[in-house]
Amino acid sequence: MVCDDYKDLLMGYLDNELSAEQRRRFEEHLAGCSDCTAELEEFKKLKAITDEFSLAEPEDRIWQDYWGGVYNRIERGIGWIMFSVAGIALAIYCGFKAIEELIKDPGIEITLKIGLLALIAGLAILFVSILRERLYFWKRDRYKDVRM
Amino acid sequence: MRRCRGGSREAFEIFVNKYMKDAYFIALGLVGNREDALDLSQEAFVRAYRNIKQVKPGRGFFPWFYQILKNLCISHLRKRKHRQAGSLDVEGCPEPAASADDFSPDAVADKDELKKEIWMAIDKLEPKHREVIVLRHFRNMSYEQIAEALFCNKGTVTSRLYYARKRLQELLSTEKGGGASGL
Repeated sequence: MVCDDYKDLLMGYLDNELSAEQRRRFEEHLAGCSDCTAELEEFKKLKAITDEFSLAEPEDRIWQDYWGGVYNRIERGIGWIMFSVAGIALAIYCGFKAIEELIKDPGIEITLKIGLLALIAGLAILFVSILRERLYFWKRDRYKDVRM
Repeated sequence: MRRCRGGSREAFEIFVNKYMKDAYFIALGLVGNREDALDLSQEAFVRAYRNIKQVKPGRGFFPWFYQILKNLCISHLRKRKHRQAGSLDVEGCPEPAASADDFSPDAVADKDELKKEIWMAIDKLEPKHREVIVLRHFRNMSYEQIAEALFCNKGTVTSRLYYARKRLQELLSTEKGGGASGL
């Protein structure tokens, strides 16, 4: 077992992250502690292996096209937002016009008018309910927040 | 950064070109396959662009960006785990992690067995341990840079590295039956 107080220094020593003073203190400790010396040797072996390990570089075209991919997504996102806002605004406008025409049209029976209005109201309630539920779960998604 | 905050795509392109390799390789280290790493790293830049005004003046871009990337990778792993388990038990897996089969051997530069074993062992680490190994070994970040990216102090970084490497030693020893690698 490594001495607990020297665990951090052991990692720093291994990764060459210690100040001259910390290094001297750790080396003094090492001189008298066979457990830490043995553990350091084990970590050195592991580091030698992991230092040789590398991930495969992707083809050059991935880097050449990278910004293009990001840019397209940004542009597409803006396009979708504009499309959605315009679509919702148009749907609401047309909906109101249709309801207005329906109410004003003397040729349609009152029962049919009530039925159609109830259908539209039901659809609107369902839409709002689903939207609210989505927002509720989105707010509770633990991984959506970006910690600052 | 000021021009980025003003919505300049040209200014943001400079950040993307500067950090795209870091983003890709960190994502690869966290999720284990190249297609997902590319997709997630690009998506992280898109989200960073949309929320760039949240970067507080005087603070670096990368630590903030890293949080976006990490959260995306964790969400991705969580969804993948649920798909595999076919379960809806969201609360049951607070620490999502990829299973051994998710880490593609194609991601490793050398094709020798030992490198593949290291890759598979990294896959089996807890996310918080995998994270420090990825940042230290794949991106050669200093303890100070890692601490900044993880919003913690250097003591926490060294402690996590210690336990991550311990676990890696155990996993490699198990794989090798405690012999061939000398671990």
